[in-house]
Amino acid sequence: MASSGNGEHGYATASDYIQHHLTNLTYGKLPEGATTCDGHLVEQAKWGLAKCGEEASQMGFNAIHVDSMLWSIGLGAIFLLFFWRVARKATSDVPSGAQNFVETLVEFVENNVRDIFHGRNPWIAPIALTVFCWVLLSNLMDIIPVDLIPYTLELMGVKFQKIVPSTDPNITLGTAVFVFILMIYYSFKVKGFGFIKELSFTPFNTPWLIWFNLPLELVGLIAKPFSLGLRLFGNLYAAEMIFILIALMFGGGIFVALLGGAAQLAWAAFHILVIPLQAFIFMVLTIVYLSQAHEDH
Amino acid sequence: MNFNATFIGQIVVFAIFVFLCAKYVWPPLMAAMQERQKKIAEGLDAASRADKALEVAQNDAAKKLREAKEQAADMLEQANRRAAAIVDEAKAEAEAEAKRIVAAAQSDVDKERNLAREELRAKVAELTMAGAEKILQAEVDQAKHSELLDKLAAEL
Repeated sequence: MASSGNGEHGYATASDYIQHHLTNLTYGKLPEGATTCDGHLVEQAKWGLAKCGEEASQMGFNAIHVDSMLWSIGLGAIFLLFFWRVARKATSDVPSGAQNFVETLVEFVENNVRDIFHGRNPWIAPIALTVFCWVLLSNLMDIIPVDLIPYTLELMGVKFQKIVPSTDPNITLGTAVFVFILMIYYSFKVKGFGFIKELSFTPFNTPWLIWFNLPLELVGLIAKPFSLGLRLFGNLYAAEMIFILIALMFGGGIFVALLGGAAQLAWAAFHILVIPLQAFIFMVLTIVYLSQAHEDH
Repeated sequence: MNFNATFIGQIVVFAIFVFLCAKYVWPPLMAAMQERQKKIAEGLDAASRADKALEVAQNDAAKKLREAKEQAADMLEQANRRAAAIVDEAKAEAEAEAKRIVAAAQSDVDKERNLAREELRAKVAELTMAGAEKILQAEVDQAKHSELLDKLAAEL
């Protein structure tokens, strides 16, 4: 892609630039019969890093977004290590600055859980804290200038890099489905067979309308993780897209570049509102869904 | 933007995050916060208890002060009374002493007067005798007339 010297960082067209920024670093199995980037036919399936977007999409499900995965793990590790370091030295005396910060977050999450979740389950609050902090951190990656890390890595030979895990639908849906799995687990654990009964007998409490109730409720149930994951993805993906479009302006002469700088600053300032809001929404909905799983009707 | 195994990876990774958070992060933080909460509650409780104790002590002190004042006033009054009594006593004693002295002096005077009178009487008798002797030109028998003379002297 970085073949010619014209355009953004050596991209042929603006569309190439955008496309490149939306392509994950993908490791997977290129199946037999696929075409490589330079037009060859793959004769034998092989594992490797995709060299372009087309290769990545031909890998199908047998692939993993190395960048998304590593950033996700890295951000989770940052959250856990920081909190763990503070928790290990947590004192009930006057807390230090870091402990104050951590306790503020913990108390914020704890209050939300206490307001929404009325059962007794010691796992809900840590789940909510993890969800909130992880989503917040991965959303915050969006504030880092779009080209900074990808371009640096490209100079070091890494072809693609998407640094915001929450702009990857695999990641957001994965997180949402994790919540969904917990929902199903707790629904059965708390209500047992009553969970199926609940699905079959709402909204119409009669055996004659199970055929109507069950599909309706199942759609409602399955819509929950989808809406949860796609809401986060949509918001962050759109914001990332706008950052990329603004970044395109930097290639259009001094005046447009200055305008782009102002636009980027403005959009980043606005986006700072979106980042914690989306993290908060994700956390609250997680608590609400898990709370519903615990409530017997 | 392909749907692939990243999805499964994220589920697993996130489950591990949640597990680690619930195991190693949440409990110590919660414990510390709850302990601090308890400490603060205890502190406030102790403060209010100390406040009450202070009030009680203040009341006690005021009562003691009042009692002491009363006692002091009592003592002062008693002392005053005692002083008055002592003064009265001393006065009475002095009066009695004065009376006694006066009485003693009176009796001395009486004694002196009687002595002087006796002396005077004796002198008169003697003078009478001498006069009578002179008048009678004779010697009066002392022994014979002494009774008469004594009677005369006694009548003086």
